[in-house]
Amino acid sequence: METQAEISDEIAKISREYDEAGQVETQPRVDYPPYRSSLLRHPTKDLHQADPEGVELWAPVFGRRDVDPLESDLTIQRGGDPIGERMVVTGRVLDGEGRPVRRQLVEIWQANAGGRYVHQRDQHPAALDPHFTGMGRCLTDDDGRYSFTTIKPGPYPWRNHRNAWRPAHIHFSLFGTEFTQRMVTQMYFPGDPLFALDPIYQAILDPAARDRLVATYDHDLTQPEWSTGYRWDIVLTGSHRTLMEADTEGGVA
Amino acid sequence: MSPTPTPGQTVGPFFHYALPYDGDRDLVAPGSPGAVRLHGTVSDGDGAPVPDALVEIWQAGPDGRVVARSGSLRRDGHTFTGFGRSSTDREGAYTFTTLAPGAVDGGLPFFAVTVFARGLLNRLFTRAYLPLADGATDPLLASVPADRRSTLVCTADTHGFVFDIRLMGDGETVFLRFPGQ
Repeated sequence: METQAEISDEIAKISREYDEAGQVETQPRVDYPPYRSSLLRHPTKDLHQADPEGVELWAPVFGRRDVDPLESDLTIQRGGDPIGERMVVTGRVLDGEGRPVRRQLVEIWQANAGGRYVHQRDQHPAALDPHFTGMGRCLTDDDGRYSFTTIKPGPYPWRNHRNAWRPAHIHFSLFGTEFTQRMVTQMYFPGDPLFALDPIYQAILDPAARDRLVATYDHDLTQPEWSTGYRWDIVLTGSHRTLMEADTEGGVA
Repeated sequence: MSPTPTPGQTVGPFFHYALPYDGDRDLVAPGSPGAVRLHGTVSDGDGAPVPDALVEIWQAGPDGRVVARSGSLRRDGHTFTGFGRSSTDREGAYTFTTLAPGAVDGGLPFFAVTVFARGLLNRLFTRAYLPLADGATDPLLASVPADRRSTLVCTADTHGFVFDIRLMGDGETVFLRFPGQ
């Protein structure tokens, strides 16, 4: 297995070549060898340019039937307080024109405070927390706002290379007003010393774009004697259809 | 000026306890009137199955109308929502039970497909067209080189349709980029 120094050299070399090319790339490269699992799992042909048509111009509708409001609180799912730093993360989901994505589904999942996932494939010898599963859902409000109460996740080791550690993160799954806006990403925490070492985070080559995955600590969201607060807004790719009232439940194309 | 979109990241290896849910792949109940199976395998650059991928479909109803009904996460057994999600199994196979989509606005009928996987740094979009009548085409199919077109089209089997997804290499599926991406 390669060392961190070898992986870091690969990351630095790609970054230098990127700077020299002078072409801004704000989405991750799918062909990013320092992330070893990507080697056989990325298209080698250019993505084919397509105009969205028919069903692609619409998104699935989720409603109160789909999501219980309690699912946005990850600290109350198992009949006891989970271990770790209680925190609130909130922000807005916006479309590519800056408009709020209203009443749409947001799903999250994460490790516990010790960096352990409730997943049979996670073999990290850190404690499971009987009071924490680490998955939540909510619907955005009329302002596009989501909010979760959770526990700050810990960093965890993985086997990309020797002594590889992922920066602490929360996975986010998002829908827009069109299926073309579907995305999954990860939210990170400010100042994480593991950023420079992590080939998943570094697969986004533009530093300003990478920064967009980092939440902001917001003391106004922090609640006395209760929880810390982080703010993170998400911008989806542009929409191609003029928004109509039919975007709410019951409407049809 | 439009804000810059937030970058995507891989779905990672640990999504199985969060994203799959009961009934995720059954848009209609198996065996119900009109039910068809859409299934296939996701494979990598060596042709090996990808056992930790997640496939989503979004489709019109058989009448070609786009559905705007909630209930995909808690199926009630009789509301067709048009959305489904299937993780792949140890053999890289995914499967949906659904209705055959109709043509929307005179286009060719297709399933809109999104693919996520550990190792895949951003989601991929494609289309799974229903088997084509002779000579049938549309602007997208016409713009794809003839030798790759078949990667976008389902084949029929006894109970429905097969659509294999090849992430990389020989027979690589045509994946789509929409304007603004």
